Amino acid sequence: MSGFDETLLEEADEIVRVRFVVNGRKVACEVAPRETLVDCLRNELELTGTHAGCEMGACGACLVQLDGRAVHSCLMFAVQADGAKIETIEGLTESGVLADLQAEFHRRNALQCGFCTPGMLVNAHELLSLVAQPSREEIRDALSGNYCRCTGYEAIVDAIDAVAKARSEGGGAT
Amino acid sequence: MKARAFSYFRAATIDQALDAHARASDDARFIAGGQSLVPALSLRLQAPRLLIDITHIAEMRGVGREGGYLRIGALTRHCEMLSEPLIAEFAPLLHAAAPFVAHPAIRNRGTFGGSVALADPASEFPAMTLALDAEIEIAGPAGHRRVKADDFFIDLFETALQPGELITAIYVPLFKADQRFAFDELARRRGDYALVGCGMLATFIGERIDDIRISFFSVGNTPTRVRSAEATLIGSGLGAERIAAAQAALERDLAPPESDEVPPAMRLHLARVLLGRLLGRLGEGA
Ligand SMILES: Cc1cc2nc3c(=O)[nH]c(=O)nc-3n(C[C@H](O)[C@H](O)[C@H](O)COP(=O)(O)OP(=O)(O)OC[C@H]3O[C@@H](n4cnc5c(N)ncnc54)[C@H](O)[C@@H]3O)c2cc1C
Ligand code: FES
Ligand code: FES
Repeated sequence: MSGFDETLLEEADEIVRVRFVVNGRKVACEVAPRETLVDCLRNELELTGTHAGCEMGACGACLVQLDGRAVHSCLMFAVQADGAKIETIEGLTESGVLADLQAEFHRRNALQCGFCTPGMLVNAHELLSLVAQPSREEIRDALSGNYCRCTGYEAIVDAIDAVAKARSEGGGAT
Repeated sequence: MKARAFSYFRAATIDQALDAHARASDDARFIAGGQSLVPALSLRLQAPRLLIDITHIAEMRGVGREGGYLRIGALTRHCEMLSEPLIAEFAPLLHAAAPFVAHPAIRNRGTFGGSVALADPASEFPAMTLALDAEIEIAGPAGHRRVKADDFFIDLFETALQPGELITAIYVPLFKADQRFAFDELARRRGDYALVGCGMLATFIGERIDDIRISFFSVGNTPTRVRSAEATLIGSGLGAERIAAAQAALERDLAPPESDEVPPAMRLHLARVLLGRLLGRLGEGA
C-alpha cells in the first residue's frame, strides 16, 4: 500500500532518470535529486537561454513555463518536474509566440546586457495571456519579481505596453 | 549555493506521505510549492535525508463547499486564490490578500497549505486564517484532527503541527451577506514582505458591528489578532471616535519586536494608520 521503497533512503547521492517534454521534444536526463531545474536545463540539456542569477527566487532570470505557467526554475528540483511540459526561452522563440515582444524590446532598447531578458519575456508573455490590456501599473506590478541591472525598466514597460495595445488592435507590433 | 544531497519520493496519497516520513525517522521534509523550502535547502538552513513531494496527492487538491465552510485543499496555489470563483465569492478576504503574496511566478507554485504550515509572521495567508476563524485540517500518524487558527500559531515558525504531520485542507466559514472585509499592507515595494499588514472580517447589524476579527502580520512572532481593538468596536458603528479608540487600543494588543530597520514605535504607528484606513473602508461598506 505504501509505495515507499526502503532503498531510497540509502540513495541520496544516486542519479535518477527524469523525463520531460522540453520545447516540444521528449527528453530524458540523469540527475541527482538535489539538482535544480535551471541547472538541469543549462548543464544537461544545454539550453542556456534560461539564466541563473540569484538562485533564490528573487531576480526572475530563470523563469520558464512549466505546464503553461511561468515558474522559477531555480526554485524547483528537476525531479519534481518529471513528467511535466516545459517551454524555455528557446522554445518560445522558435514557436514565434514572442516575436512581437522581442521585436519591440529590440526597437525600444528594452535590453542592454540581456541577462534579465529571457525572464522578462516569459513573464510579459504570461501577463499578456492573462490580461489583454494591462495598465502601466499592472505591468510594473507583474515585473516586480524581475530584476534588471541595466535599463531602469522604463523601456521594458514601454515595450510591453506597446505590444499589448498592438495585439488588442488585432495587428502585430510592427 | 546548492542543497545537500537528499533522496526524493513522490507520494500519491496522504498515507504514503506520512508513512515515508515515519520511515525516514522524521529526518524528512514535505515539499509543496517549494518557494520557501528550496531556498532554505540551498542555504543549507535545512538538510533532510528525504524530500517527500506532496504535490501529486489528489486528496489535498480542490476547493468546494462543505456544510457552512469552504474546504480549500492545502495544495491550492496562491494564483488560484485569484482565479477560483468559489474563493472570490465565499472567501473574498483571501482573494483580496493574494495579489500581495510575493510575485506572479511564485504565486504560480506556492501553496496555501505551505504558507500556513510555514507560519512566517510576515506572511499574508496565515494571518488571514485568523481573521477568518478558519480551521486547519491535519493528518498525522495518530489520525486526523481539526485545529482552530486561534490555537494553531504558537511562536516564531512554531505551530500546532507535530513533526511528520500534514496540513490537508483549510476550512473557511462561508462569507455571508451581512459581512464586510478589508485588507491592505504597507510595504517598501510591491511584492516585498510588508512592514505591517492587516486583514479584517466584520459582521454587521445595519451599520452596527456585531462581531469583528482583526488580524495583523509583520508585527510580532506570530500572526496576531488584536482583541482589545476588536472589543472596542463590537456593538457600535464606525464613527471617527470609535475608530480612534480602536487605534489607541492597539498599544495593548501589539508589542512589535526591536529591529534595526523599523523601530517598534514606528511599527505601532504604521499599524494604527493601517487600522484607521481599513476601518474607514469598512464604514464605507467595503
Ligand atoms: C522572492 C520571494 C518572495 C516571497 N514573498 C512572499 C510574500 O510577500 N508573502 C508570503 O506570504 N510569502 C512570500 N514568499 C513565500 C511563498 O509565498 C511560499 O509559497 C510560501 O511561503 C510557502 O509555500 P510553499 O507551498 O512554497 O511551501 P514549501 O516551500 O514547499 O514548504 C514550506 C514549509 O512548509 C512545509 N509544508 C508545505 N506544505 C505543507 C503541508 N501541506 N503540510 C505540512 N507542512 C507543509 C514544508 O515542509 C516546509 O517546511 C516569497 C518567496 C520568495 C522566494
Ligand atoms: S535565478 Fe531564479 S530567481 Fe534568480
Ligand atoms: S538588460 Fe542587463 S539586466 Fe536587464
